[in-house]
Amino acid sequence: MTVLSPNPTPTSAPSAGVRGHHRRRRTLNGLRLAGIALVSAVFAAPLIWMVLAAFKTNVQIGNPADAVVFTPTTQNFRNVVSEGVFLPAMLNSAIVGIVSTVLSALIAVPAAWAIGRFAMQRAGNWVLIARIIPAVSLLVPWYYLFARLEMVGGYTVLVLSHMFVSVPLITWIMIGFFSGLPAELEEAGRVDGLSAFGAFRRISLPLAAPGTATACVLALVFSWNNFMFALILSDESTKTLPVALFNFMSYASVDWGGLMAASTLMSVPVILAAVFGQRYLVAGLTAGATKG
Amino acid sequence: MAIRTLEQENRRLKWTMLAPALIFIGVMIVFPILYTVYLSLTDAFGAVNADSSFVGLLNFTDSLSDMRRFWPAVGRTVVFTLAAVALELTLGLALAMLLRRPFRGMRWVRTIMMVPLLATPVAVGVLWLLILDPTTGIANTLLGFVGIPPQPFLGSIAQSLPTLVLIDVWQWTPMMTLLLLAGLSTLPTEPDEAALVDGASPWQRFRHVTLPMLTTTIITALVLRSVDALKTFDLIYATKGPGGGSSHEAETLNIYAYGLTFDYQEYGLAAAVLVVFTVIIVLIVLALRRRSSKAS
Repeated sequence: MTVLSPNPTPTSAPSAGVRGHHRRRRTLNGLRLAGIALVSAVFAAPLIWMVLAAFKTNVQIGNPADAVVFTPTTQNFRNVVSEGVFLPAMLNSAIVGIVSTVLSALIAVPAAWAIGRFAMQRAGNWVLIARIIPAVSLLVPWYYLFARLEMVGGYTVLVLSHMFVSVPLITWIMIGFFSGLPAELEEAGRVDGLSAFGAFRRISLPLAAPGTATACVLALVFSWNNFMFALILSDESTKTLPVALFNFMSYASVDWGGLMAASTLMSVPVILAAVFGQRYLVAGLTAGATKG
Repeated sequence: MAIRTLEQENRRLKWTMLAPALIFIGVMIVFPILYTVYLSLTDAFGAVNADSSFVGLLNFTDSLSDMRRFWPAVGRTVVFTLAAVALELTLGLALAMLLRRPFRGMRWVRTIMMVPLLATPVAVGVLWLLILDPTTGIANTLLGFVGIPPQPFLGSIAQSLPTLVLIDVWQWTPMMTLLLLAGLSTLPTEPDEAALVDGASPWQRFRHVTLPMLTTTIITALVLRSVDALKTFDLIYATKGPGGGSSHEAETLNIYAYGLTFDYQEYGLAAAVLVVFTVIIVLIVLALRRRSSKAS
């Protein structure tokens, strides 16, 4: 905090007091900016280290002398791509992420509209349950049931399990957007002859489009990051990126360069989401959260 | 008359719009929970289509009397959650106060802070394994500069849990900061200005003006972070592997229940542990939410 208490300097020497006040203020502001820079560095440094390591040989990675200054190589990336596991896993992650997000949006956005527009607290709480209970306690019966139905290893089960995260996420973000829209807008549309659904589709839905986009990007990121469900519910041909990375680590634990190249590739979409959606993502994350 | 038909039409539509989501939750959540409770009362074990029979509360008495795996896992879960959330709240609050007033580059700082919390937990785990590697990791090199001897970090039994707490703090403090910043931005400025005019110090203004007004946001943030920290899985599994390491040194309830199910196929026992775990989490959330509604 840089705002100082009122200056108690007597009126006989006003100029010196004001100057001192300004100097202290500038010093405090400088300290504050230095603190912010330090904190940003602490959060960014591990990720920068990851990207640097992705361009190093395994010898350079273990050598402190090569920490920052080194001759970069793209060999790790070429290994990861040619290894034949990561690209299919990336494709699986993309398929599961996109399909589960689209399906989730189709059922979550209308539900959020109903809950937000008509303040249906109890229905909202039912959706919130999914945020609270441990996913493992669902994974046990899912696995048990889906294994009996011989569905484990298929895309359907993976998509359904990822929807378990994204349906509540999208619903909770969108409740905030819909409850913030004045009901009069829809009522005006109704007077002009729109049906109840028409008013939702032509008036509220377009207004909530930025929120929907935010919610879908977040749902995609959560799906992209999800590890536990795919660890159990996928098989060799359907495994997603986090599982591929984990398996890669288990039997190639010394190939740090390859691991970091894979982690870097995996983080690119997430970092892009953070950079381009920054303003909306903050609003989205907090909307779902503060209303909980 | 026309108003009434509009109302009726609205009522019908709102249930139609809710139905798919409620059906999904019923099928994917409510039914599985009931099924977990059922499994917890049986001796389901081994192959998923093996016969199982009803054993009453045996699984519950078995797990609640298990001093070797169950209670240590409960203890680690509590320690991990309390330590991580307390640190994240303290640091998050300090950062939120630091970032409260606008400055040049605010957007960039926020973007940097978004990245850890959107990053893939498995990738985060792998990255920290590299940084904290006992022999080649940069962390020990940096500690060496300030004269601290090399630490084993995740390679030891004693330091595994504290190290995981620190990684969790790195990843989730930004979430706390962003939530608290959102809360701070909704506070009225008048009380703070009044205290300033009255000559209150920055600390007094924070302690007696800002903090009380922020209570509801803090409790909401605590609920969110606690619930997620209690359930931490990806980070621990990715860094310590099944069972939380060879001596189960990082085995929390979540990791324990997961191992029981998928490594040992003790479906009945695992279900009992999960019922206990779920009840604990729901009770914590209900208790904190009651505090939150009392505070607001």
